[in-house]
Amino acid sequence: MPSRHIIDPHAHFHWSGSRHDHARYNASRLRAGDAIGVRVHVASILGTWGRNSPTYFASPDDIGAGNDAMYAIADEERARVRSFVHVNPNHTEHALREIARGVARGAIGVKLSASRRADDPLVDPIAAEAGRRGLPVLHHVWQHRQREWGMQEASDAIELVRLAVRHPGTNFILAHIGGGGDWAHTINVIRDVPNVFPDTSGSGVDRGMLDAYLTAIGPQRLLWAADLTLCTGLAKLQALEVIGLPQDDLDDVCWRNAVRIFPSGNFGLT
Amino acid sequence: MTSSTFPVDVSAWIGAYPFREIPHPDAAVLVRVLEREGIGQAWVGSLPSVWHRDPAPSNAWLFAQLAPHADRLLPSPTVRPDWPGWEALLDDAVAHGAPSVRVYPMQLGLGATAPVWPALARACADRGLIVQLTVRFEDLRQRHPMDGAGDLSAGHIRCVVRSDPRVQVIVSGAGRDLIEETHWSLTPEEQARCFWDWSWVWGPPEDHLEHLLRTIGGDRFVFGGFWPMRLIQAPLATISLTAALLPRVTISTGAEIREAASRVDR
Repeated sequence: MPSRHIIDPHAHFHWSGSRHDHARYNASRLRAGDAIGVRVHVASILGTWGRNSPTYFASPDDIGAGNDAMYAIADEERARVRSFVHVNPNHTEHALREIARGVARGAIGVKLSASRRADDPLVDPIAAEAGRRGLPVLHHVWQHRQREWGMQEASDAIELVRLAVRHPGTNFILAHIGGGGDWAHTINVIRDVPNVFPDTSGSGVDRGMLDAYLTAIGPQRLLWAADLTLCTGLAKLQALEVIGLPQDDLDDVCWRNAVRIFPSGNFGLT
Repeated sequence: MTSSTFPVDVSAWIGAYPFREIPHPDAAVLVRVLEREGIGQAWVGSLPSVWHRDPAPSNAWLFAQLAPHADRLLPSPTVRPDWPGWEALLDDAVAHGAPSVRVYPMQLGLGATAPVWPALARACADRGLIVQLTVRFEDLRQRHPMDGAGDLSAGHIRCVVRSDPRVQVIVSGAGRDLIEETHWSLTPEEQARCFWDWSWVWGPPEDHLEHLLRTIGGDRFVFGGFWPMRLIQAPLATISLTAALLPRVTISTGAEIREAASRVDR
């Protein structure tokens, strides 16, 4: 493997409330992570993943149950798993309570999916609370969203940057540059916004994508991640090695940037 | 690097892509990539020709580009079966040692029931040429507004496979859903003439490739890297993470498929 340590800051798990083969799925993620060299998966569960309420518009009850399931996995896999607390900004008071409850249960970041546009004022109290607690916000992003897409109120980089500029003390992880949409559009939007950190996850493995991001924002703002596909995560790790990234820069992308933006002392790495 | 190596990459192209810049999509670079990854040879198409009205000039360019690398790169020229004189392109392909030809129904606006498929299948089978179909070049969510072609359908694949009992078909860029929809809608004899690459099939933790290898069988699959559009490491990574679960998987090789195509009763 190209780096001594790897942290995946965009991982997901399942539970009995989301799919029947959750145990197989979770075991597969951990097994593949071990094979790749992932030291820690920082993960969330998005409610019932659509079973009881929509994945991206999860109800407060499903949010709470999914978070509880995530904390249980993190407790069981303390060496390999940390939690995000997932919240829905349409239920502000519930979201703020969930953040407090999540931190008490060990959550080290806030997960926002696509329940409300990122630049909507309803997201402000959550971003502010995350910043106050020193938690990064992982935000689902559709690269260059040009229209509405079904079953989600997706945001693109322009909308996330509006939020990030309003909250300069909060760090935002811009999700999955390989996860759909036009990754090239995002580069110029985030180039000069230092508290936005794109992650490399997604099933997309376009040649040129990693090179373009490294050229535009440098290795200290790019986070290696896998999301739903460890296979493409491994491919991107190998590609980072092939393009000749120096070891120091590779360490930044693979784990050191994550160590910098998550609360200290969570990964046993400095 | 992954531990899996393959004798043939059946899904490579060279040349420019019309909707975004692709780093150095050149034959010489492809040869270096094959060497780096331990892959013996590649079957190579012309990327620009996918959107050309008449692919003949682009095919000529392809033959010229690959000629200095004839030991590693075999041409897989583009055929447009609704264009006057298309059969001559097949003879040209054979003359240049092509194992296959590529057809792009979606970019040509040819439906699954278009009348061209039986003639194409017969003409390719007559010459021992494999027919290659490509499901997509980019994810639907990222396509340029002027790229209105949808993904290839199972109906297209079925129609080509069923058009002639001798024709061999390789499909590049399919996901689990399309592979299953197609495979299980064919007879066993038809299934045996249809091959897939797994360049767009998900590995862990969904483990779609593992599922397909268990249910459909490794002998239906052949390696395709989708270079220069995508990282060739992706299908290598997927199989390396999947092989741990299925240690005795045997993947088909392009040579085997080519031999099968050349053995057909002409």
